[in-house]
Amino acid sequence: MGSQGGFYQSKEFLDLVKSIGEARSKAEEDRIVLGEIETLKRRISEPDIPKRKMKEYIIRLVYVEMLGHDASFGYIHAVKMTHDNSLLVKRTGYLAVTLFLNEDHDLIILIVNTIQKDLTSDNYLVVCAALNAVCKLINEETIPAVLPLVVELLAHPKEAVRKKAIMALHRFYQKSPSSVSHLLSNFRKRLCDNDPGVMGATLCPLFELITIDVNSYKDLVMSFVSILKQVAERRLPKAYDYHQMPAPFIQIKLLKILALLGSGDKQASENMYAVVGDIFKKCDSSSNIGNAVLYECICCVSTIYSNPKLLEFAADAISRFLKSDSHNLKYMGIDALGRLIKISPEIAEQHQLAVIDCLEDPDDTLKRKTLELLYKMTKSTNVEVIVDRMIDYMININDNHYKTEIASRCVELAEQFAPSNQWFIQTMNKVFMHAGDLVNTKVAHNLMRLIAEGFGEDDDTDSQLRSSAVESYLHILGESKLPSVFLQVICWVLGEYGTADGKYSASYITGKLCDVAEAYSSDETVKAYAVTALTKIYAFEIAAGRKVDMLPECQSLMEEFLASHSTDLQQRAYELQAVIGLDAHAVESIMPSDANCEDIEVDKNLSFLTGYIQDSIENGAQPYIPENERSGMLKISNFRNQDHHETSAHSLRFEAYELPKQTVQSRIPLTSLASTEIVPVPEPIYVREIYQTTTVPSASSDAGSTELKLRLDGVQKKWGRQTHSPATSTSSSTSQKTDNGITQVDGSNTSNSRTLETYDSRKQQVEITPEKQKLAASLFGGSSKSEKKPATGHKISKPSSHIVERSHVRKSSLEIASEKKASIQPPPDLLDFGEPTVNSAAPSVDPFKELEGLLEPTTQVDSAENHGSTAAATKSPDIMGLYTETPAGIYNKDDSDILSGLSNPPVRNMLGGTRSMQVAQSSKGRNLKNSLEKDALVRQMGVTPSSPNPNLFKDLLG
Amino acid sequence: MGIRFILMVNKQGQTRLAQYYEWLTLEERRALEGEIVRKCLARNEQQCSFVEHRNYKIVYRRYASLFFLVGVDNDENELAILEFIHLLVETMDRHFGNVCELDIMFHLEKAHFMLEEMVMNGSVVETSKANILSPIQLMEKAS
Repeated sequence: MGSQGGFYQSKEFLDLVKSIGEARSKAEEDRIVLGEIETLKRRISEPDIPKRKMKEYIIRLVYVEMLGHDASFGYIHAVKMTHDNSLLVKRTGYLAVTLFLNEDHDLIILIVNTIQKDLTSDNYLVVCAALNAVCKLINEETIPAVLPLVVELLAHPKEAVRKKAIMALHRFYQKSPSSVSHLLSNFRKRLCDNDPGVMGATLCPLFELITIDVNSYKDLVMSFVSILKQVAERRLPKAYDYHQMPAPFIQIKLLKILALLGSGDKQASENMYAVVGDIFKKCDSSSNIGNAVLYECICCVSTIYSNPKLLEFAADAISRFLKSDSHNLKYMGIDALGRLIKISPEIAEQHQLAVIDCLEDPDDTLKRKTLELLYKMTKSTNVEVIVDRMIDYMININDNHYKTEIASRCVELAEQFAPSNQWFIQTMNKVFMHAGDLVNTKVAHNLMRLIAEGFGEDDDTDSQLRSSAVESYLHILGESKLPSVFLQVICWVLGEYGTADGKYSASYITGKLCDVAEAYSSDETVKAYAVTALTKIYAFEIAAGRKVDMLPECQSLMEEFLASHSTDLQQRAYELQAVIGLDAHAVESIMPSDANCEDIEVDKNLSFLTGYIQDSIENGAQPYIPENERSGMLKISNFRNQDHHETSAHSLRFEAYELPKQTVQSRIPLTSLASTEIVPVPEPIYVREIYQTTTVPSASSDAGSTELKLRLDGVQKKWGRQTHSPATSTSSSTSQKTDNGITQVDGSNTSNSRTLETYDSRKQQVEITPEKQKLAASLFGGSSKSEKKPATGHKISKPSSHIVERSHVRKSSLEIASEKKASIQPPPDLLDFGEPTVNSAAPSVDPFKELEGLLEPTTQVDSAENHGSTAAATKSPDIMGLYTETPAGIYNKDDSDILSGLSNPPVRNMLGGTRSMQVAQSSKGRNLKNSLEKDALVRQMGVTPSSPNPNLFKDLLG
Repeated sequence: MGIRFILMVNKQGQTRLAQYYEWLTLEERRALEGEIVRKCLARNEQQCSFVEHRNYKIVYRRYASLFFLVGVDNDENELAILEFIHLLVETMDRHFGNVCELDIMFHLEKAHFMLEEMVMNGSVVETSKANILSPIQLMEKAS
């Protein structure tokens, strides 16, 4: 073990790792770790622990945290270890500290000093270790302590140091842009560094800087282009090659940067065309990394000023991706398609079947990506199909995060492209029913506003919209459990429009509202909405001169609410009572029907009071003096004043008074906030009081800004939380266009599918295709309306050729698969095979399989070692190469089947013992020393491949 | 930011290495790792190597029994990350010689050192194997 040097490991450590490695369950692992914590707590604070031992303890602490347990008792020891003189110990200390602490931890202050010292060390590896720590541990406050040192290191003779110094500066920029704003030119300088590693690293901060401010870096376009050109022409050292691609990661970064710089800039883009086109041609589309670069090229082409030649290249690459069998490439293809259709929408049409295949694929990731693509290509002609698909998908997932996202997308598309009111209402109902609690309440308020204001066409359609909304809501109320937000919408709409078209009687609607209030009695907000809706219905009845008979259940509900603990509910109930007692004329003026969209003019000057004031003054009352003109008044008045101008001159100021003042200050916004929460309902009563802005002129501003405006507007707003902001509605509703082109499309579909059936005789395909065909037509058909007729013939022939092609592909992939089994050739795209599911299913089989694999290579030991060294040296260590070169067929054997493992005589196993293990180990290493060490280590531990977790021994690359 | 975290987790869901490039508390890490691993383990080999999770995209790759999972931002090139994982494994393989899960467990700090050379501030900064491994070799020699 001496040869392990500083990487010395004690028996105890090996045992720990072994037991963790062999733990079969989380519970067992937890037990081991808890025991370990106890041991470490005891040991780590013993005096005079040798460095090596301490380093090991710290790594054990890392294990403890990695496995999910708290190791804070040992943090201080990790901090202390950073002071050590030995490089390895120091670096381990830094590593542990960066893993344990966040930048705001109290202990960081103890490390800053050490970092400062290490940054000036003569040993560049120490400097590098400190720079690593700088990137993780320095926060905004500590930047000044190390900044000058880091800047100095930018000119360090060692490239590794320069690279890390650049990244440290990058980190400072991320943490606090202003702290390094005077140093940004360093990034440009380092771009010209002699060392490609430093140059490559510099691209990271530059990418970020350019993202924020493109225009300041336009002058670098030519530099980036020329670097990219040099990289593509293999001028960089071979060490940066990866799978025969020259520095692909640098290429990708450069392409990202070029995309930013060329976006919307014709001149800059023209400089890029040549090099990007060149890369398109040079990329090896048979390797993953080649495709990664190709994908980045597509992204770049779709962002920069468009060029027909490059677009063609991009379209070709996309179709190669989509036709591939690899799901990864399909995914990239769908993503790329989504980018390219922004520039050339017609490209989607050629890939319609591939897109639909991806949409119907059981692979969730692919499906989501495809839905995202559909979202991007939604038009008024295909909105129905797409939104239906999205809702179907939404209903079937449990992931709330994504559900929320997809729900808001559905709403957005529906608002933007709704072909009819009916459809819009129904779609919104679906969204609310299935994701009501997840959607933003704004969406609900938007919906209410939309129903209230209509689509702005004519009154007939608007009232139709309302009637259909009422109808559908009454129907939906039968459902058992509805989300709160949706119920609020329902109550509001029923209150406003429930009786508007005369179809339903007031008693029917009020009965329904009472049912809602009872059924959701735990939801105060819903109850409040319901009561106000009741108020409105009764008010309309009274105003219309009809006699109001309150339903008995309604009466009992009101009694309950009159005594409610919620003051809001109470107030609403009292208001209802008051309204009922008024005569028709009064009611009509306080609650006119269908007036929720009317503008309300508020007389801010309260001029209607002038006469009254005049009278009072004449009668000897004191005239009003504005608060700020009153001097010498109590300070209290100042507290009440929301504006709190510090300058409001008072001659006496006592510091001691600051404290209470502050609390008052903070309480004011709080109370106003709270009050808005208590009054969650955008009741017309309140709203009418508040609307200070007129509805129409504010059409361009969004809801947020109106809310802001309201907040500034004086005292009344306290009660007038204005959830029903008029601004957005107008903008969204005016953009609404009813567009109905769907029937037409359908017609052409059916004919399509019919012809297809006769066309293709293969049963299965015919069964699937018409549906897909239909879907395709409804998704993509609308894109070129004028071409619809000729396109049908085109469409019929295309899919069928597609089918042939696909079946061919399928067959060939099958062939490949069987070949694979025979010749043990891995598929080029999916590397991840190692050992399949067999193991977990039949763990008892493992040892045999394992041994069989282990025994086999005995004959190959020598050659394997040679092999190993050549493998390392060969110029082309591509994936396939790696596989064929691995010494033994161990894992491939595993792949083939369990039977081969079982058929192995168990005698072998008995023989196996240590010998076979030894053999296996020696056959393993590429370099002799390593493998011997590994062998020794394993023997020392007593871990054998047949022990509970044989996987630990698997070559990851094998 | 690019890369948000790198995890190595085996088939049983046991974490073998975890490196985060943004701060998460212990509880958050534990929950995140559990959720992600469950998601990835449920997928088969034909399905694509990318999974969306919350606001992350997870790119994962399986080698023998060990999963390498990289959490990235939404605008990251997934295929490139997939190859970054392979580069990492190749680098470890060059150092350890036929690297296996146990190597990473015994030399957890070395695996971390390699990552420290390859990724800083969530960006890939070094892809030359020689450059990645040289500090480790020098440290081995020195001690």
